[in-house]
Amino acid sequence: MVSAFKKALESGKFVVTCEAAPPKGTNLDRMAHDIELLKDKVDGINVTDHQSSVMRFPSLGGALLVKELGGEPILQMTCRDRNRLALQADLLFASYKGIHNVLCLTGDSIMLGDHKEAKSVFDLDSSQLVAVVRTLEEGKDTSGNDLDGGVSFCAGAIVTPEATPLEPQLIKFEKKIEAGAEFIQTQAVFDLDRFKEFMEYARQFQVKILAGIILLTSAPMARFMNKNIAGVFVPQDLIDEMASAPKGQALAKGIEIAGRMIRRIQEEKMCDGVHIMAIGKEDLVPEIMSVAGLI
Amino acid sequence: MIRSITQLKSEEEIDRLLEGLMRVFIVGCGTCVTLTHTGGEPEVTAMNESLSKKGKLITGQTVVPVACDNLTSDMLGEFGPQMDQSDALLIMTCAFGVQTIARQLKKMVVPALDTLFIGKETGPGEFNEVCIQCGTCIIGETGGICPVTSCHKGLVNGPCGGTDNGKCEIDRRKDCVWTMIYNRLLDLGRLDSMRIIQPPRNHLGEPTPGKMILPEA
Ligand code: SF4
Ligand code: SF4
Repeated sequence: MVSAFKKALESGKFVVTCEAAPPKGTNLDRMAHDIELLKDKVDGINVTDHQSSVMRFPSLGGALLVKELGGEPILQMTCRDRNRLALQADLLFASYKGIHNVLCLTGDSIMLGDHKEAKSVFDLDSSQLVAVVRTLEEGKDTSGNDLDGGVSFCAGAIVTPEATPLEPQLIKFEKKIEAGAEFIQTQAVFDLDRFKEFMEYARQFQVKILAGIILLTSAPMARFMNKNIAGVFVPQDLIDEMASAPKGQALAKGIEIAGRMIRRIQEEKMCDGVHIMAIGKEDLVPEIMSVAGLI
Repeated sequence: MIRSITQLKSEEEIDRLLEGLMRVFIVGCGTCVTLTHTGGEPEVTAMNESLSKKGKLITGQTVVPVACDNLTSDMLGEFGPQMDQSDALLIMTCAFGVQTIARQLKKMVVPALDTLFIGKETGPGEFNEVCIQCGTCIIGETGGICPVTSCHKGLVNGPCGGTDNGKCEIDRRKDCVWTMIYNRLLDLGRLDSMRIIQPPRNHLGEPTPGKMILPEA
């Protein structure tokens, strides 16, 4: 079973993925609305897994919703909340239900979220989780027992190309590929010349790379990310450009910048596609794509 | 030297634990808790004064040399009569001391401290946990620095995405241990060992609860 997303990756087309965040609660209206809007425009919709360690409707449930609505889900799975039994069980269930793409993440610290006193698990790490996916595909669980009925996944992971120091990140990136990652989504990139340097190195590996694009919503938001989000670096000229937008026009400016960056990435064939993170403004993804000339 | 690192419980919690217990004997320890100023002579005396003000009858106080030592019951022997009159012993030692005393004396014990970790003094007034006794030691491949203990997530294959300029995502004042391991292996010319894919940890290595009986010689 080759997923539609994997086919898109292999087709050589410029792949676009985006995100859908499950709600806190059971009201899926907004999420369903975003999925309906996006499902025919993108090649895959990532469903986030208790993003920033904030308890929400599960990513598995959100991925099922994407599937039910006719979209292509990419199930995000972190190692923060489940041990290897629970992770394997969820992978069996996902594959059974037709969810065949998984993004393997370590997961943010519990201390960043809204249940700070909870026990975090981290029985596995992201590279080990990729290996677990491949083991299940071979018809075995991680203890070597036979599975009755198998799974199939297109498995991916992430990298932060602007981390300092960079080399430890790259060593881990290579471990993820060695473990069997087929695609890599990057943390948000803004300085495309630096991203090109990263791609010169990354090109040597058999892996598809999707550049992470975050929608800037204002100059203070860009400054906040520089200060608080590890490995995200918005250059001063982009902050100035955001600040120069007339009152009420900052968001439009952000859309323009994101679209412009995507266009350049595609025109210069920097990598295999983009992963757009609109963080709460998923309904603007079509606009960004249209500025980028993708739709 | 291995040190037990403790913190005084909140006043409210100690009050709650001592509710209905009128006559209290206070025990401190001359080792780790003296070093961390949580259960040495001055702290025991301060506790005595504070509880007295609240109307408790303090039957006595003492600071034993090493509360976790099996000789502690002998050290406490001379206070037998005072302890017999007490409703509870308030123990200002780490939990090893509290349990040693609980095992040896037929008395209600109330811990006044929380035991945070077993670590070492790495600088004046600075204590760090360096080993959580995982039972499957990997520091032969990480330059003698332990990621199982010192990485907030216990990651064994390299840094998470939250690492930033050598600091950890949970606290910009805490070093990211994977940057430390990287720098050390780089120095030693052994960066290759960071490329070894570590398998998922074997948690059987760490018996729960820990127990060992040496085979007879
Ligand atoms: S790897 Fe395990 S045994 Fe070795 S130092 Fe770390 S916690 Fe202790
Ligand atoms: S920042 Fe470093 S020490 Fe902190 S959790 Fe991530 S890898 Fe571990």
